[in-house]
Amino acid sequence: MLYREAGDFKTSYAADNQTFPIRFDRYGYYLVLAFAFLVMPMVISDYWANSIVIPFLIYAIAALGLNILIGYCGQLSLGTGAFMAVGAYACYKLMVAMPGLNIVFVVVLAGLVTAAVGTLFGLPSLRIKGFYLAVATLAAQFFLIWLFTRTPWFFNYSSTGMISAPTRTLFGYPVTGPSASAVSVYLVCLSFLVVMAWLARNLTRGTIGRKWMAIRDMDIAAEIIGVNPMRAKLSAFAVSSFLIGVSGALFFAVYLGAAEAGEAFGIDKSFLVLFMVIVGGLGSILGAFLGAAFLIVGPVLLKMLLVNQFDWSSDLAAHLEVMIIGALILAFLIIEPHGLAALWRTIKEKLRLWPFPH
Amino acid sequence: MKKMTKLAAGIAVTMAIAAPTVAQDLHFPMLNYRTGPFAPNGIPFADGYQDYLTLINERDGGIGGVPIRMSECETAYNTERGVECYQSIRGDDPLVLQPLSTGITYQLIPRATEDGIPIHSMGYGRTSAINGEVFNWVFNYPANYWDGASVIINFLLDENDGSLEDKKIVLLYHNSAYGREPIPTLTRLSEDLGYELIEIGVDSPGQEQRNQWLQIRRERPDYVIMWGWGVMNPTAIQEAANIRFPMENFIGVWWSGSEQDVGPAGEGAHGYRSLAMHGTGRDYPIYDDIEEYVVEPGLEAGAGDQIGTVLYSRGLYAAMLAVEAARTAQEIHGVDEINAEQMRDGMANLVITEERMAELGLPEFGPAFEVSCENHGGSGEAMIQEWDANSGTWNLITDWIEPDRDMIMEMATEDSMSYAEENDITPGCME
Amino acid sequence: MPDTLLFAMEAALNGLTAGIMYALVALGFVLIFKASGIFNFSQGVMALFAALTLVGFQQGQVPFAHLINAIFGTRVHHFGWNLPTLLAIPATVGVMVVFAWAVERFVLRHLVNQKPIILFMATIGLAYFLEGLGDLMWGAEVKRLDVGIPQGMSGAVDDLTFGLFGYGFYMDTLDLYAMVIAALLVAVLVLFSQYTKEGRALRAVADDHQAALSVGISLRFIWVLTWSIAGIVALVAGIMWGAKSGVQFSLSLIALKALPVLILGGFTSIPGAIVGGLIIGVGEKLFDFFMQPIVGGATENWFAYMLALVFLLFRPQGLFGEKIIERV
Repeated sequence: MLYREAGDFKTSYAADNQTFPIRFDRYGYYLVLAFAFLVMPMVISDYWANSIVIPFLIYAIAALGLNILIGYCGQLSLGTGAFMAVGAYACYKLMVAMPGLNIVFVVVLAGLVTAAVGTLFGLPSLRIKGFYLAVATLAAQFFLIWLFTRTPWFFNYSSTGMISAPTRTLFGYPVTGPSASAVSVYLVCLSFLVVMAWLARNLTRGTIGRKWMAIRDMDIAAEIIGVNPMRAKLSAFAVSSFLIGVSGALFFAVYLGAAEAGEAFGIDKSFLVLFMVIVGGLGSILGAFLGAAFLIVGPVLLKMLLVNQFDWSSDLAAHLEVMIIGALILAFLIIEPHGLAALWRTIKEKLRLWPFPH
Repeated sequence: MKKMTKLAAGIAVTMAIAAPTVAQDLHFPMLNYRTGPFAPNGIPFADGYQDYLTLINERDGGIGGVPIRMSECETAYNTERGVECYQSIRGDDPLVLQPLSTGITYQLIPRATEDGIPIHSMGYGRTSAINGEVFNWVFNYPANYWDGASVIINFLLDENDGSLEDKKIVLLYHNSAYGREPIPTLTRLSEDLGYELIEIGVDSPGQEQRNQWLQIRRERPDYVIMWGWGVMNPTAIQEAANIRFPMENFIGVWWSGSEQDVGPAGEGAHGYRSLAMHGTGRDYPIYDDIEEYVVEPGLEAGAGDQIGTVLYSRGLYAAMLAVEAARTAQEIHGVDEINAEQMRDGMANLVITEERMAELGLPEFGPAFEVSCENHGGSGEAMIQEWDANSGTWNLITDWIEPDRDMIMEMATEDSMSYAEENDITPGCME
Repeated sequence: MPDTLLFAMEAALNGLTAGIMYALVALGFVLIFKASGIFNFSQGVMALFAALTLVGFQQGQVPFAHLINAIFGTRVHHFGWNLPTLLAIPATVGVMVVFAWAVERFVLRHLVNQKPIILFMATIGLAYFLEGLGDLMWGAEVKRLDVGIPQGMSGAVDDLTFGLFGYGFYMDTLDLYAMVIAALLVAVLVLFSQYTKEGRALRAVADDHQAALSVGISLRFIWVLTWSIAGIVALVAGIMWGAKSGVQFSLSLIALKALPVLILGGFTSIPGAIVGGLIIGVGEKLFDFFMQPIVGGATENWFAYMLALVFLLFRPQGLFGEKIIERV
């Protein structure tokens, strides 16, 4: 019913290999994009924009980045929080040092700085694998955060060690600082997300993405067939850190406005993004979106449900909320260990065959 | 598709919440943290705040006859969740925000200023908000961190007959924005008074402080001042007891001086001192009313087992100041159903006298002070309290001690002016 | 002897004891990883939960009191009796065994043969669940844990070193007890795994799941057994750490201190956990001691990881880990 594939023929390799091979999906995608860019800014309330949609967009970028590293290249990293901090602090230093520079370039530059730092901390991956590597990336996490809280240069010698984003405009509209409207912030984040997702998708299906996946599936075998593991691993670290850095810069500049390394970019942030990637589905672009949505929107909805609808006291609700999130993660893993994206694939398969499954 | 249905469901839920509210009440939102790593400190404060407001509703029928509406939002001491909470209440006519975390306060200062909602950060938050000409909407009376640091030094001066020359003082601080607050004040005072200041940082959470205490043991300081939070406090007190550091020379800030902090060390904590910005214990007449109107009808917040503790008293005190400010606002504007802007005026003109405190059933509970447009920080006075492990009580051992307010004002002006410059604020009073 | 050397020795000695405390937490990880290949993220929360339960039993707290009161409008908090420690500990062990059974029954059984990362994720879900459950069951206040282990400066060490060097070293009596307890724990674990039928079954499973299954070892039983033992180890770690700074949420964060110990020692080696703990403990204390004047201290959080990283660069499987053999 939903999917009519009759008459949908592919006549070239490019057409067969496109991101949305089914016409219905493709139109759905255009529709979602149009809705997000044209309709959402009209209807979205400030509360929804600021507390749910914008964090979702920003975390989705981070999850995309981590998914490239873990899902596509198979390198487990727990340094996401610190790499986001690198993006945030680079963004802050650039904003302060070059007040005239357009915020878009600042964010991209912050991403590039993070890519460099990420590559550096990716070096141990050439020798260490699996969980050992995960814990090794924790060294980056703790060291960088320590560096940011200890070195006054990073926070311009402010007495409290907080960094705060000055107001910057884009096309005349403020997008950072307190006077930025929710809609302009939303549009900036959305644009970044769309570009980053496009980038991630096209990298992962090209030569470089296939190299990553070869390394993920079996690095020795990949090396034998001519994939340079050093280049593949380090490029994965660089691309992944770039995305994470961009999300960190956005997180600080347009979302939080003021941040402190230890508090905003601690180890729990690393775990949060990792959860998004795993719950959403390893090695899937859609998975990054679904995972971020689940872990950002889920707790807020649960809170609304328990506190506002059922009138539980907020502390009981908070405890239950933690339990329910835990139980949901377990339930999802048991139902579909490959994440929400795989669940979606199954549903889609069923829909394509429906109503004649046999 | 899935995302969309989720979104739609969510929108439906929000719509249900955002049902039109008629302002027939006074909305006092609470940004509490009853979960997460700092829950032990957050719970008693939240209970105290809520119980006082319940008492006002039950006993007096609200403020000036208008009932108080409370709403609670759980932040888990997490900045992002704090911002989410703020977004969810800002459209609901909140009168005053108590962010209850320095991190969240920093987030909310620009936002709440933009939205015109007053913030009361009592004994935390941004110290230079004392300068009301720059921070029109932010209040931190009756005392701030720089006051606290200065009060401790004045207390030590008193103990040492007016001279701290050649004394060695260690500052053990939580390595965060909060913990670094007293450093400028203490450094400056060390230059004036000639004591040696050694700063020792503890990274969050602070369960492992062996090295710090070995260092303290080697340095043999005369005094240790602590700016700690959460699990760092009991660990530090335990370690101090372990190295047999004389407890009477160990002084914590007001966030390092509650039952939760001294409890785990048991006997060892006997004699530990901390700042107190208000009285504690149940020996105040108001507790009779709380017993009668709140506890007996079963309206107490939380588990009801925190009544009379230090942080409960702090919550009670914060609520009392908020209610008094609302009363002042009602008097100034001659209306009962005040809005946030009128509440701000009430806070900016708040006068707390000893008579008023006695009337409220809290004689000598807090300092007498006046708030003005130039000074949002009250008097800055604090007392010193000492822990008695045998009876399990905090005893006040001094009267109100004044801080070196001239110096603090000077430093605060400097800091707030640079903030004003960064954010294009023209300092001035609001009319 | 110059003072600096004495102070460094003191720091190193304290590093040894701190290392033992880390190793206590790391042991729990090793046990589960060895038997089932699961990197159990919830080990720290298990320690918190075990300690909370112990205190709850000791003080006669009513479990879920807050929830019960909220639903039924009652006001129950305590049963009104205190359980002696000697009874409370077995009761807590019982709870941890029930927990282990529940984990096997409701989670692991459904995730047989999944990839390690999926199992890791499942333990994260478990950690969340347990964290909420602990708070809901026993409340989130700081609780004092006292099982009768003395605390404070050890007079004997002080006197001894004062006699030797003219400077009394500081050692915490609790830490000295922790050393003894850790030694006992390791001894019992080794004896158990070498000389009992269940222990041998455990090692068989650790070596090869399928071979063990084919000789009739019940995998489910072994899993319950391992998680129970890990629960008991968590209880020991929870007691020792809880005695230092009270039982509260932050107790679950000790897992982060155990991770570098774990990678240094290797995921699969019990002696590795102990040796790794000692190296990390001494290393971080000495580094902090010497670097304090230069970089300002509080380096412990990251230095342990850096140290582990350096070791890994030379031995990617940890000091005592099984050699990773890769085949195409």
